Amino acid sequence: MVGNLQPCAARVLSPCPRPLGRGAIAQRGTPVSSVQLNDIVKRFGSFVAVDKTSLTIPEGAFVTLLGPSGCGKTTTLRMIAGLLDPTEGEIVIGGRRVNDVPIHKRNLGLVFQNYALFPHKTVVENVAFGLRYRKVPRDEISRRVKMALELVQLPQVGGRYPKALSGGQQQRIALARAIVIEPDVLLLDEPLSALDANLREDMRVELKRIQERIGVTTVFVTHDQSEALAMSDRIVVMSNGKVEQVGAPADVYNTPASEFVARFLGASNILDGRCLSRGAEGALLEVPVFGKVMVPSAKAPHLGGAGPAKLVIRAERLVLRDTAPDGGLMSAPATIDAVDYQGQAARYFLRAGDHSLQAINMIDERPFPAGADVHMTLRPQDCAALPG
Amino acid sequence: MSVEARERRQPWILLSPALGAVALLLLVPLIFIVVYSFWLRAAVGPDTPGFHLDNWQRALTDPFYRYILLNTLKIAAITTVFCALLGYPAAYFITRSRGNKLILLLLLMLPFWISYIIRTMSWINILGSSGAVNTLLLSMGVISDPIRMLYNEATVILGLVHFLLPFMVLNIYVSLDGIDTNLEDAATSLGATRWQAFLQVTLPLSLPGLAAGGLLCFVLGAGTYITPLILGGPRDAMFANLVFEAIITQLNWPMGSALSLLLLLVLGALVAIYNRFLGMSQLTKGLG
Ligand SMILES: Nc1ncnc2c1ncn2[C@@H]1O[C@H](COP(=O)(O)OP(=O)(O)OP(=O)(O)O)[C@@H](O)[C@H]1O
Ligand SMILES: [Mg+2]
Repeated sequence: MVGNLQPCAARVLSPCPRPLGRGAIAQRGTPVSSVQLNDIVKRFGSFVAVDKTSLTIPEGAFVTLLGPSGCGKTTTLRMIAGLLDPTEGEIVIGGRRVNDVPIHKRNLGLVFQNYALFPHKTVVENVAFGLRYRKVPRDEISRRVKMALELVQLPQVGGRYPKALSGGQQQRIALARAIVIEPDVLLLDEPLSALDANLREDMRVELKRIQERIGVTTVFVTHDQSEALAMSDRIVVMSNGKVEQVGAPADVYNTPASEFVARFLGASNILDGRCLSRGAEGALLEVPVFGKVMVPSAKAPHLGGAGPAKLVIRAERLVLRDTAPDGGLMSAPATIDAVDYQGQAARYFLRAGDHSLQAINMIDERPFPAGADVHMTLRPQDCAALPG
Repeated sequence: MSVEARERRQPWILLSPALGAVALLLLVPLIFIVVYSFWLRAAVGPDTPGFHLDNWQRALTDPFYRYILLNTLKIAAITTVFCALLGYPAAYFITRSRGNKLILLLLLMLPFWISYIIRTMSWINILGSSGAVNTLLLSMGVISDPIRMLYNEATVILGLVHFLLPFMVLNIYVSLDGIDTNLEDAATSLGATRWQAFLQVTLPLSLPGLAAGGLLCFVLGAGTYITPLILGGPRDAMFANLVFEAIITQLNWPMGSALSLLLLLVLGALVAIYNRFLGMSQLTKGLG
């Protein structure tokens, strides 16, 4: 499926390089489509759903709001959209404060988890809906609808009703309906989570391709970390209505800013210890199991100086061996409690003294058996340090 | 027996007591009425059995009956329109209210706990010459003599709207409640105002509920005889009052039978038209 994307896209886009792109950008000093949240608070009664959140989303970026259920992702997105009013704070889109701009004047594309296609309108009528409120001439409407349907690779379903489409097709039409209006910002609330696993991965690639093609600033909400890591330019990790960390996928993954982020993204081992000293070359930590560890500065940006600290070790960076390594690597003996065999990889549950750890290793031939005594090895630069 | 075969038989087993009751209490009397409508009333003594078309001829040609029939349909239509206009915003409000939806629905059902006759008569205490409104206006010195507000077509319509509004609200509510609120949000995000989004999306999707409520109000309204009896004047008789007159007052059962069947046929035709265009399933949804 992915293979035939390019020729089709090239055909749609050849007459002009950005057929669905925004025309107004060049005429203004500030980019029209950057989004800024300044100290946003949203309360429902006494419950604080979003707490003092500030965020800058640069023009053209693909930013993902990632976090567990109930952390306020949807609430944040709905405030950007204008479906909810922030209790406090300011929302700025393209340099203009939009707190008092009603949703129908914000020019945003919105895609919902459950598609929200109009069931009594055909696919063409659904996609054309937004254009009818923009004084677009008739023939221009049908031209743009056709182009949008080609962009989502469903040019043949225009006459059907949404009920006669599969889930994946409905989601593509919802996307076409949102982008055909040339929105300043595209807002997507878990658009892929109603699809089954295979389709979700295909759609992930395609959504990203379309977003790059039209270059629209995109805010994507998900609680699926692999989606976030695969698609985003930047990830905003949220928890309990607060932003925990903002960064590129690799930064957030490798250098978590808090224990929450470390635990939420991937499987991590977190060892409580102390920071003995903090120098130019790194932070020297003393932790149980591994003893003294020198964490490079880049991996300890939030650690100020000596004091309580935590060592974060990604499960896939903890490599198991039969024998102790010869040097350069840290190592500690452990016993395997249980093995979770996953085909090309295995997840080991380990015990070292009173501590339980996890390791995810690729398997050469067969995994270590449960009960085996092994050596856990680790490079210091693969660890990250957090304040305790 | 396979599960499938059992499942096919089961509904009929479960339905049979109800079907029996309907057959005995509705179908059999209806057959009696059909037969009766072809008998003749004798001046003295028992009615004359036979197959006489006299009653039917009178029912279909007498201009008085035709006038009352048209008037009945007119009153039912006006009532239905008022119920729709008053009921839609109420149903919309209930659908969109978050926490207290159940309480509001319960309040909507509350009138059903009181007899329809008593509810209708309560208007006498409100609008009568010594009713609440007149007493208030008199005591405030706005008027010096009680205003005559009761016993006209308007009060009949008022009483019918009072009686039928909950049916309308419930039907529209069921329809609105099934509409995803994201649809209106999606429409506004695409550039429609709230009002345009309502007209383009919510209203068309709720039309089946509105139609079902309308049919119910119309049929129940057109078939009533209590409301005009209590709140109408002598000239506000509705068709069911003619049946009542014929059977109870004049003891002319054959004529009453023909008249009641005529009303049944007219309303049945309306239901059939509704069914042709919208289907019966929506109606049952609204009742359930
Ligand atoms: N209208 C509302 N009234 C009261 N509380 C609300 C309302 N909307 C959301 N909340 C609460 O605010 C919190 C954040 O909700 P939100 O929908 O933003 O979560 P989310 O991060 O999108 O979660 P999910 O991944 O489950 O969609 C939740 O605890 C929710 O119960
Ligand atoms: Mg959500």
